[in-house]
Amino acid sequence: MKNTKRILNIISIIALIGLLFIFEQTFDSYKMRIVNLCGIYVILGLSLNLINGFTGLFSLGHAGFMAVGAYTAGLLTLSPAMKQMNFFMKPIVPFLAEVEWSFLPALIMAGLVTALIGFLIGAPALKLRDDYLAIATLGFGEIIRVVFTNTQSLTNGALGLKGLPTHTNIWWTWGIAFITILFMVFLIKGSYGKAFKAIREDEIAAEAMGISLFKHKVMAFTMGAFLAGVGGALLGNLLGTIDPNMFRFTLTFNILLIVVLGGIGSITGTVISAVVVTVAMEYLRVLDEAINLGFIRIEGIPGMRMVVFSLLLMIVILFYQNGLMGSNEFTWDWFLEKKFLKKSGKKEVKQ
Amino acid sequence: MSILRADNITMKFGGLVAVSNFQMALQEGEIVGLIGPNGAGKTTAFNMITGVYTPTEGQIYFTEEIKDSQGNPSSHEINITQYRPDQITKLGVARTFQNIRLFKELSVLDNVIIANHLRIKSDVISSILRLPNYTREEKAMIEKSIHLLEEVGLEGVMHEKSSSLPYGKQRRLEIARALATNPKVLLLDEPAAGMNPKESLELMDFVGEIRDRFKLTIFMIEHHMQVVMGICERIFVLDHGVTIAQGTPSEIQNNEKVIEAYLGVD
Repeated sequence: MKNTKRILNIISIIALIGLLFIFEQTFDSYKMRIVNLCGIYVILGLSLNLINGFTGLFSLGHAGFMAVGAYTAGLLTLSPAMKQMNFFMKPIVPFLAEVEWSFLPALIMAGLVTALIGFLIGAPALKLRDDYLAIATLGFGEIIRVVFTNTQSLTNGALGLKGLPTHTNIWWTWGIAFITILFMVFLIKGSYGKAFKAIREDEIAAEAMGISLFKHKVMAFTMGAFLAGVGGALLGNLLGTIDPNMFRFTLTFNILLIVVLGGIGSITGTVISAVVVTVAMEYLRVLDEAINLGFIRIEGIPGMRMVVFSLLLMIVILFYQNGLMGSNEFTWDWFLEKKFLKKSGKKEVKQ
Repeated sequence: MSILRADNITMKFGGLVAVSNFQMALQEGEIVGLIGPNGAGKTTAFNMITGVYTPTEGQIYFTEEIKDSQGNPSSHEINITQYRPDQITKLGVARTFQNIRLFKELSVLDNVIIANHLRIKSDVISSILRLPNYTREEKAMIEKSIHLLEEVGLEGVMHEKSSSLPYGKQRRLEIARALATNPKVLLLDEPAAGMNPKESLELMDFVGEIRDRFKLTIFMIEHHMQVVMGICERIFVLDHGVTIAQGTPSEIQNNEKVIEAYLGVD
């Protein structure tokens, strides 16, 4: 049984790589961008799910973390010449002027800086619970955005950064998404992940079982911030342009939507819904344009796709109250049982 | 020396004195009861001992046994008044709750495994990378948890969701979970609540059994007089936050103040 699973794992990894390869060969740049965005949203969704879904901390500061990550990587990868062009209002701070890093160290640095900010925000804010924590983190997210708008010589203020090297490609996004999935699976399976879940289920009981609430909450929050920073960095270097207004609360909302739709506390659910939501948001664009049904012509209504999208969301939530996957995960046991019923009689859906 | 000692602890909530000058010392291996009418402050006393509340006045001491470099055991008393609940549990004082507080969505086995987490030595990185030092610890944790579930007779429902268990089994699971933290002192908050007389008697035997097997000192709040009188060696009686009596079960049964508190006088 263990061998079968190992073979299945290897087959699916090869299939995934093959699929990405086919995408790269056949898709145009518009479709490639969607594939890239899917990968980035997988990372972002998982990072928010770690904080909100697994540890039960209602945090809404994700856009702020992404901004920190995107700006860190952006400033580190931007070439000195481009920096000079960007910072025409006020010269850039000297220590960043001549820096030009390659992508991998810049990504790691983006994650680390964001994790540090996450730690500094989390340490005081995580004393709060539920809605109070949500409001505090929401506030911090907005503060980061406003600070970035006003630190002209560090972030170029409201002008944003243009001409970022577009290092991000599907190998980066899906490679890191894959590492993030593995990270989450092993984290949640292990003792620390179980402690996170215990805090989500009942803080008082968790503390009475000797779990230090502060230590574990800050740990989950910092790890989530790290991943959000990496996700933001990938996004920045995918689009090539970033400015503070990209990182408004609506961005956090989009990620929250992915988490809730996929199932709070389900890795599989987040991955599926990240892909579905990203693709659907693009393909529903048709609705914004004029539709010609042959006998009748409907004028395009801008924003129509959001109406339809919200309706679809409501329908899904009405029928699947805990999201698509609830808190269940995809396992080979489940897969084999569904597909080849005779294999074993025992029913076991791993948490 | 007593293993756990409360020295004149008082808890005030604003103007309300929930517990006043509670004085108690537990000797190793004892089973001690805490009784009193509803609202007498029993659970508040528990919450102070386990660190959920910090007493307004008074101190709490725990006797820790440590081994020096030669392996000779020596014991010393530490003041745990300001400790957090998780620090107190780590020292060896575990508890159960009056209104059962299991990790409802998690399996029975996971509930017990989580209670082992406080003794883990590997860090989070080695748990994600599944380094040998972590996997070794994890294996030991799982084995210990399964063993504990066997001891309390729940091995058959190991993979069930804990909230799906019947009431009596949830109580047992809560005790198993508390035992997994390797306690020296176990505090049980109304373990027989909601049980029928037969179940209560079974529980009484069970508490005695685990005391002997795990070398525990047990301090329990209980309303079932049959259970309390049958198993406790000493009893404290609280009424309106004041300790009105203490002594052996027979002394308590004949104490006028206790009868007055429970039945009223005319």
